[in-house]
Amino acid sequence: MAHPNLPEPQGLYDGDHEHDACGVGFIANIKGKKSHDIVDQGLTILRNLTHRGAVGADPKASDGAGILIQIPDTFFREEMAKHGVKLPPPGQYGIGMVFLPREPASRLACEYEIERAIKDEGQTLIGWRDVPVDSEDLGESVKKVEPVIRQVFIGRSSAIRVTDALERKLYVIRKSAGHAIRALNLAHGTEFWVPSMSARTIVYKGMLLPSQVGTYYKDLQDPRVVSALALVHQRFSTNTFPTWDLAHPFRMIAHNGEINTVRGNVNWVRARQGAISSPVLGNDLNKLWPLIYPGQSDSASFDNALELLVMGGYSIAHAMMMMIPEAWEGHTLMDPSRRAFYEYHAAMMEPWDGPAAIAFSDGRQIGATLDRNGLRPARYIVTDDDLVIMGSECGCLPIPEEKIIKKWRLQPGKMFLVDLEKGRIIEDEELKESLASSKPYVEWMERIRVKLDDVESQKAQPERSSVPLLDRQQAFGYTQEDLKFLMLPMATNGEEPIGSMGNDSPPAVLSNKNKSLYQYFKQLFAQVTNPPIDPIREELVTSLVSFIGPKPNLLGIDEMNPPIRLEVGQPVLDFFEMEKIRNIDSYTDGKFKSCELDITYPVAWGKEAIEARLASLAAQAEDAVRTGYSILIISDRRVDREHVAIPALLALSTIHHHLTDKGLRTSAGLVVETGSAREVHHFALLGGYGAEAVHPYLALETVLQLAESGQFGTNVDGYKAIKNFVKAVGKGLRKVMSKMGISTYMSYTGAQIFEAIGLSRPLIQKYFTGTASNVGGIGLFEVAEEAIRTHLGAFSGDPVLAGALDAGGEYAWRVRGEDHMWTPDAIAKLQHAARANSAATYREYADIINDQSQRHMTFRGLFDFRFHRCTPVDIDEVEPAADIVKRFSTGAMSLGSISTEAHATLAVAMNRLGGKSNTGEGGEDRKRYAPIKAGETMASRLGADRVVIDIPLLAGDSLKSKIKQVASGRFGVTAEYLASAEQIQIKMAQGAKPGEGGQLPGRKVSEYIAEIRYSTPGVELISPPPHHDIYSIEDLAQLIHDLKNSNTRASISVKLVSEVGVGTVAAGVAKAKADHVTISGHDGGTGASPWSSIKHAGTPWELGLAETQQTLVLNRLRSRIAVQVDGQIKTGRDVIIGALLGADEFGFATAPLVAEGCIMMRKCHLNTCPVGVATQDPVLRKKFTGKPEHVINYFFFVAEEIRGLMAKLGIRKFNDLIGRSDLLDMRKGIEHWKARGLDFSRIFHQPQIGPEVSRFHTETQDHGLDKALDHRLIELAMPALERGEKVTIEMPIRNINRTVGTMLSGEVARRYGHEGLPDDTIRVRFAGSAGQSLGAFLSRGITLELIGDTNDYCGKGLSGGRIAVQPSPKFRGDALYNIITGNAVLYGAIAGEAYFRGVAGERFAVRNSGAHTVVEGVGDHGCEYMTGGTVTVLGATGRNFAAGMSGGIAYVYDEDGTFASYCNTSMVKLEPLLTEAEQDAKVARDIWHMGESDETVLKRFIENHARLTGSNRAQQILADWPTTRRRFLKVFPNEYRRALGELAAKGKKIAA
Amino acid sequence: MGKVTGFLEFERLHEAADQPRERLKHWREFVHPLTSEAAGIQGARCMDCGTPFCMSGCPVNNIIPDWNDLVFRQNWQQALDTLHSTNNFPEFTGRVCPAPCEAACTLNINSAPVGIKSIEHAIIDKGWESGWVVPQPPPKKTGKRVAVIGSGPAGLACAQQLARAGHGVVVFEKSDRVGGLLRYGIPDFKMEKHLIDRRMDQMRAEGVEFRVNQDIGDAVPAKKLVDEFDAVVMSGGAEQPRDLPVPGRDLEGVYYAMEFLPQQNKVVAGDQISAQLKATGKHVVVIGGGDTGSDCVGTSNRHGAASVTQFELLPQPPEQENKPMVWPYWPVKLRTSSSHEEGCQRDWSVATKRFEGKNGKVEKLIAVRLEWKDGQMKEVPGSEFTIKTDLVLLAMGFTGPRQALLDQLGVAKDNRGNVKADTDKYQTSIGKVFAAGDMRRGQSLIVWAIREGRQCARSVDEFLMGSTELPR
Repeated sequence: MAHPNLPEPQGLYDGDHEHDACGVGFIANIKGKKSHDIVDQGLTILRNLTHRGAVGADPKASDGAGILIQIPDTFFREEMAKHGVKLPPPGQYGIGMVFLPREPASRLACEYEIERAIKDEGQTLIGWRDVPVDSEDLGESVKKVEPVIRQVFIGRSSAIRVTDALERKLYVIRKSAGHAIRALNLAHGTEFWVPSMSARTIVYKGMLLPSQVGTYYKDLQDPRVVSALALVHQRFSTNTFPTWDLAHPFRMIAHNGEINTVRGNVNWVRARQGAISSPVLGNDLNKLWPLIYPGQSDSASFDNALELLVMGGYSIAHAMMMMIPEAWEGHTLMDPSRRAFYEYHAAMMEPWDGPAAIAFSDGRQIGATLDRNGLRPARYIVTDDDLVIMGSECGCLPIPEEKIIKKWRLQPGKMFLVDLEKGRIIEDEELKESLASSKPYVEWMERIRVKLDDVESQKAQPERSSVPLLDRQQAFGYTQEDLKFLMLPMATNGEEPIGSMGNDSPPAVLSNKNKSLYQYFKQLFAQVTNPPIDPIREELVTSLVSFIGPKPNLLGIDEMNPPIRLEVGQPVLDFFEMEKIRNIDSYTDGKFKSCELDITYPVAWGKEAIEARLASLAAQAEDAVRTGYSILIISDRRVDREHVAIPALLALSTIHHHLTDKGLRTSAGLVVETGSAREVHHFALLGGYGAEAVHPYLALETVLQLAESGQFGTNVDGYKAIKNFVKAVGKGLRKVMSKMGISTYMSYTGAQIFEAIGLSRPLIQKYFTGTASNVGGIGLFEVAEEAIRTHLGAFSGDPVLAGALDAGGEYAWRVRGEDHMWTPDAIAKLQHAARANSAATYREYADIINDQSQRHMTFRGLFDFRFHRCTPVDIDEVEPAADIVKRFSTGAMSLGSISTEAHATLAVAMNRLGGKSNTGEGGEDRKRYAPIKAGETMASRLGADRVVIDIPLLAGDSLKSKIKQVASGRFGVTAEYLASAEQIQIKMAQGAKPGEGGQLPGRKVSEYIAEIRYSTPGVELISPPPHHDIYSIEDLAQLIHDLKNSNTRASISVKLVSEVGVGTVAAGVAKAKADHVTISGHDGGTGASPWSSIKHAGTPWELGLAETQQTLVLNRLRSRIAVQVDGQIKTGRDVIIGALLGADEFGFATAPLVAEGCIMMRKCHLNTCPVGVATQDPVLRKKFTGKPEHVINYFFFVAEEIRGLMAKLGIRKFNDLIGRSDLLDMRKGIEHWKARGLDFSRIFHQPQIGPEVSRFHTETQDHGLDKALDHRLIELAMPALERGEKVTIEMPIRNINRTVGTMLSGEVARRYGHEGLPDDTIRVRFAGSAGQSLGAFLSRGITLELIGDTNDYCGKGLSGGRIAVQPSPKFRGDALYNIITGNAVLYGAIAGEAYFRGVAGERFAVRNSGAHTVVEGVGDHGCEYMTGGTVTVLGATGRNFAAGMSGGIAYVYDEDGTFASYCNTSMVKLEPLLTEAEQDAKVARDIWHMGESDETVLKRFIENHARLTGSNRAQQILADWPTTRRRFLKVFPNEYRRALGELAAKGKKIAA
Repeated sequence: MGKVTGFLEFERLHEAADQPRERLKHWREFVHPLTSEAAGIQGARCMDCGTPFCMSGCPVNNIIPDWNDLVFRQNWQQALDTLHSTNNFPEFTGRVCPAPCEAACTLNINSAPVGIKSIEHAIIDKGWESGWVVPQPPPKKTGKRVAVIGSGPAGLACAQQLARAGHGVVVFEKSDRVGGLLRYGIPDFKMEKHLIDRRMDQMRAEGVEFRVNQDIGDAVPAKKLVDEFDAVVMSGGAEQPRDLPVPGRDLEGVYYAMEFLPQQNKVVAGDQISAQLKATGKHVVVIGGGDTGSDCVGTSNRHGAASVTQFELLPQPPEQENKPMVWPYWPVKLRTSSSHEEGCQRDWSVATKRFEGKNGKVEKLIAVRLEWKDGQMKEVPGSEFTIKTDLVLLAMGFTGPRQALLDQLGVAKDNRGNVKADTDKYQTSIGKVFAAGDMRRGQSLIVWAIREGRQCARSVDEFLMGSTELPR
């Protein structure tokens, strides 16, 4: 059920997809001293975090805000006394804050149920109080749904002696009243909600602006309302629907972030139901179920689960550690007892994984914890008068510096707790130490943990089927390509196989081939509202550990003899491991018992048999668990001529769901033994639908056979090949999980992070409950039929399959293989048409693509236009082609993925026709910016050595790409680059590989590419999976703000990939003030991506675009944002369908590439493109024959085709097409046996909403730039901007002043380019706490000096400017132990300098490519992916320093000699710092950083630091240089060393 | 795939051939297949395209990238299996196919294509040599009987496929030997005839029965087959030669190529031909610039002609086609065959006006030059010229099948006089009668005939059995 105030699910919109994120903060008096000030200050914090929230179409309709405080007893006592009610002593009564329906009868019904529950639980109703509110200031849409707000006062019975017990009773009352009200099933009942019901805390919240919380609730203004703590929250939601209850805080928490694993977590809670018992709650436990209602937000679900744990007897800190454990699995530095604590609890609860800063309180303690990856900011300060203030930002509550004694931040996985009763702060270390030592976890773990690896077995050879391998391979649908493209590379290198270009094959449901069930599922991935994570460079937080078998009692707090558990390091089992599981009984003295469930059945029974077989399997599984089997092996190994296998995924999911429904799922483990699983996607699906381990026997046998036939060469034998294969699957699994931002297999198991394309609703509802499937498709019997068809083919006399596997044709075109849209003829006809400007030949091309009456390729191919409803118009009346083409742009293909010639040709073509080309993520040569003058050619402009095939140009042409892409690598993203844009596109995801990063191997980084990407030639470049400055929706809003500041004239676009829920994300993007959003189909191209991503992630754009349009219209946001669609758009028909489904604009990539010569070689990743398109090899680039004219011809053909169709549809203006999905229909009479069940009505749905709501882009966003401090700065800096005169400016700064210096930098860049002004021309001195993104993209010539501290993203994209930050002299803390700047500082910095006298947060100088910086301490992941520049750290570093660092140098002052254990040395070496003389003697000058000795460089920067920030530390180090020097370590990337050597060698060669 | 960068490292290699001087002395093949090593290197040039145009350029859709790779890795037996999976007779196409695959090869865009045909040639020759080509009799018989009329490449391919599907197949051939154009149209120096015999042995072992000297529609009533067999396949070729109706056509010394070439093949096969038509010492004029014309040139030169001249009506094509506008399709360009290399005058845009002679024997040919514009030809005034000749060979193509059989069976025809049947079912207007090859599509290449034969077999099998496992 979706949320009551969200619209009903309709079309593709479903409220289940809503996301939120936000700002969070709290203030507390450590000593527990209550005051009204605390409440006031809490509200101030809330107001100062306003910019982290959002408002919708109605500016007064925010996404909600609220505050949690302690119950102000005196206040209520006096208030209630006025009504003649005497309250019991504090702690002996509870207050429920209740939202009630406005409809009186419903309200009374709700109140009655509450009262009844109070009575049933033996407590007493003291009375009700109407909460006084002032709703005058509320927005109209908010007022309409404003609930009646009342407080219920509940007294305790005599049996209740302590407040804790009362809390438990209140909890039971609230739950049972809630269940009862829900059971009434009243239309207005959905407005009922209990924000809090406690004897200690009370929550005031609502659909309020931060500034309204204190005015709306009159209570909060009353000085008698006192509290020692205030927890506040401001929400940023993706929707604009009024929802009072979704505001935070919840009863115990306020959350900033997103729980990615929530579906799995909720399922697992449900699955445990039968296995939970609580010594504390006793029989009351039964009244709590269902614990979590379907459709609740992730934060609400989290709150519910946390509450259960706390009510079940865990302390709140203990419960938080169970739900959000640190990354203990691979943590070598962790204390053994703490590790044991985590490991012990790991089997009780799967991590609630995702970016999260969670502040929590039970009224006695208040604290916060951060997810294992540190993906949200949380800063805190402690004052000398016992205040603790924590917030998403520093400076959210201005406190005089002299009062502050500590400034710090929450670190990844760490907790921070204030115990108000004990009157002190309990630091992470102490807190966890005491919990970890409270029970003998280490000893327990040794006793109860059985590692499968350590189980002694007989190493018996596994039983092999007597059915020939080939027949079995065919029975499971193996193709030659599975072997060639997937398994061979996996077993040879232990890596996932890579491919290129897009996916132009039909979805499984349209395919004429028999597909496996796996192919009907698409992987979901994180975009915008949560980040993907990097499973390679940040591997330390990921884990594939899996527990097989019964899980312990979640609430077993008094456990003395915990049950044993079986652990595997990763979930893919080889033959011997499977043999152990099969005979686990004998190997573990009966501690575990396994039994096999055979999922094959006689093929003679036919497809109808599957339903009953599944039912029997479910029953068998249930019986097995009830009779004490602890591991169920779901096996299809008995497949033979007579026996067909039920698809393992289906059998598994059936059993998993059945056991979950019965509450038995945690009593047994599920192991799938299947011949079907052979590629990463298959394993991911099996895990995602509940398998704790998988034994892919047939894949392993296949690998062995390949090894025997010598396919792996001499170095890889069968044993090694299996190892490699398993390793590749593991790596792939990590990648699939991390795409969704999930770190552990434990929480991925059963999380169902997939959507189905082409499966019928009944099938999904019954067997894959909770999975989205929006176009219907085949049902259960068709699934069986497809399996049987494959089976029969395997054992038939088919001569093609007699001696060989089916050809496949998925990955490369084959005549008898899978269909592709790009057939040889389609490519040839398009090229001939474009070259000869032949409309007739274009027609032939378009017919091949458009006519899908025989070949079913795409969903849109099955659409028909309702021409019969239209009155055609004369084509001359239709908008001219020259206007239509302005809506076209080419896709983001970087120079690097394609050649200079191919890249620039597209730009020239698009500029000539008035469309837009896109730089891609590789930056852009500045020589391309100025217009072309007569007589210039491409080579004369860019340099003869850089253009291999010259292309003549016309005067007035432009080589500039109007769209400048900003991707996670931030290559070449300078102030000047941004200033030159007409549109800046933030690439959140790419159709071919959503949720993944990429890398450009060093050999491809030519001197030219290095120049425009500001890196070193020959040094590998890595694009991280996430933007490290976008971990949530409000981060995206911040980046949009940053970019808009850098270039106020450019529109800001956000590129998303189609998947279920993308519409909701798009709504969030619109609220984040993007001007433009691109919805990419899953099928878009790529230069290189794992095949599993190309094929199995994302959905067709028809779905994503329609969902986006419907959601934006429903939210009344559509007018504010332009919508573009791309992904295999090839013809005018495609464009028309895109427009009818809601697109204003259209992106084309592959087709224009084909027009300029691409022949779909799919060899981009090998650099061997034989037509010079996707290669950097000059020999091959010479073969490029494309001309701008070819591309232009193509686009005009498309436009003319569009005009023809518009005339037939009777539509003259393109805008009138947009959103007219009523003109589409599903084609009648589709004979395809699988396609018959498809239903596109959701795609064609139009929200029923008034005509005043626009269906296309008509308005501009209000970016709020008028409030920017930079207007003043620009004004004051005019003498410098206009005449280059030096200016000095001084002003205060606050956290609400965001992105300061960026608009000014844009002005500098526009006038003076990347060179900027001479250093220090504009000098600005600030004092205070600067808002986010101070000095982002700061241009050369600007110096920002700050006394105070900064928030996240300081110096992001630094483009030559200088930043110096030092604490206030009044602040007493030692800079070395206090934080001065936030997370992701200097992310993507290009040039310039930055000095921080203090400690920085996580991910300092990530992807730095040229800035020089000094800092006195950094958090985790410092210098990640760095490619250039110099980082000097004068204090401690966090873990994983230098992960993925390929260039530049870091100098680290290793005072205590521990740095090596914090450094990730997979790509770097640590070296001692030599004196100049030593270095001269030992190291060739060629590989000296910046051509100078390390000593010179380091000393200079430390001296600068001392001078600019007054650092004591720097002075001390300099004072004792001969000694301190020896403590420095130099972090030298291997790639950088190699490249320096090679460059030098090349230089010598040229010189010689 | 072959070697990733193979195409950048290795050159296209042509099959070696004996010098013209040498090869003119005999009737044997003079092309030497690539060595295993050379073929491997040629295979390494293949780029294993994501979209292999060669495969769609090839009428039988040979899975070229796969066997290129297998040859590169010297896995010949599997290469042979892969090749045979789409092509029943690679030894024919590997010798005489013009190789549209190579025209479509991606390397042909801007470089020299992979020597696909030479690799095919090497694979199949090695296959025979190694004894890997063995009969594949069906596991069980269906009891159905199919008559195949005509034993050219279409008929043979169809027969082999049907036999392997378990049907009883009888191939009817009007000549004295099986093979159709393969046997009597293509000279031995292009393709030796024992290759056909070898295949026939294999097919016999697979259950095909060959009956020669059976002129269906003439000596043997076609109706008889329709009555006797469960299905009939018409694959009799397009044998009707295009005539040149000009004055003097009836003079002695003016012949169709197909009156000239078969005689020589029979002689090579050991037959005695009285008064064989020979070019020895004659001034030969070949009219028609196609492959048959070329064969006439090669045969005449082997006879020892005094001179050989070849005329073509169309203008001289360019040496190099306009690749950006033509690739991957078959280009019209100047092609010099091995026979041309052996000596021949070629002239284009020439129309024959008349033949003149004495005593009923041709002595000269009077021709005129043409000017072509927009596909229209015009005689160039005053450009008439005369050439001395005593043997004129007409090789101007074929207009369609001999009509007698069609008429007798009463099948519907298309507007060119071919049997009407689509390429989906290959079924004629008479239900159980099918048609494939030139008889259906008009004159074409051997490889097209094989394709049609195979696809027709699938359709026949489906017709007979209700379903089929034969590949298209």
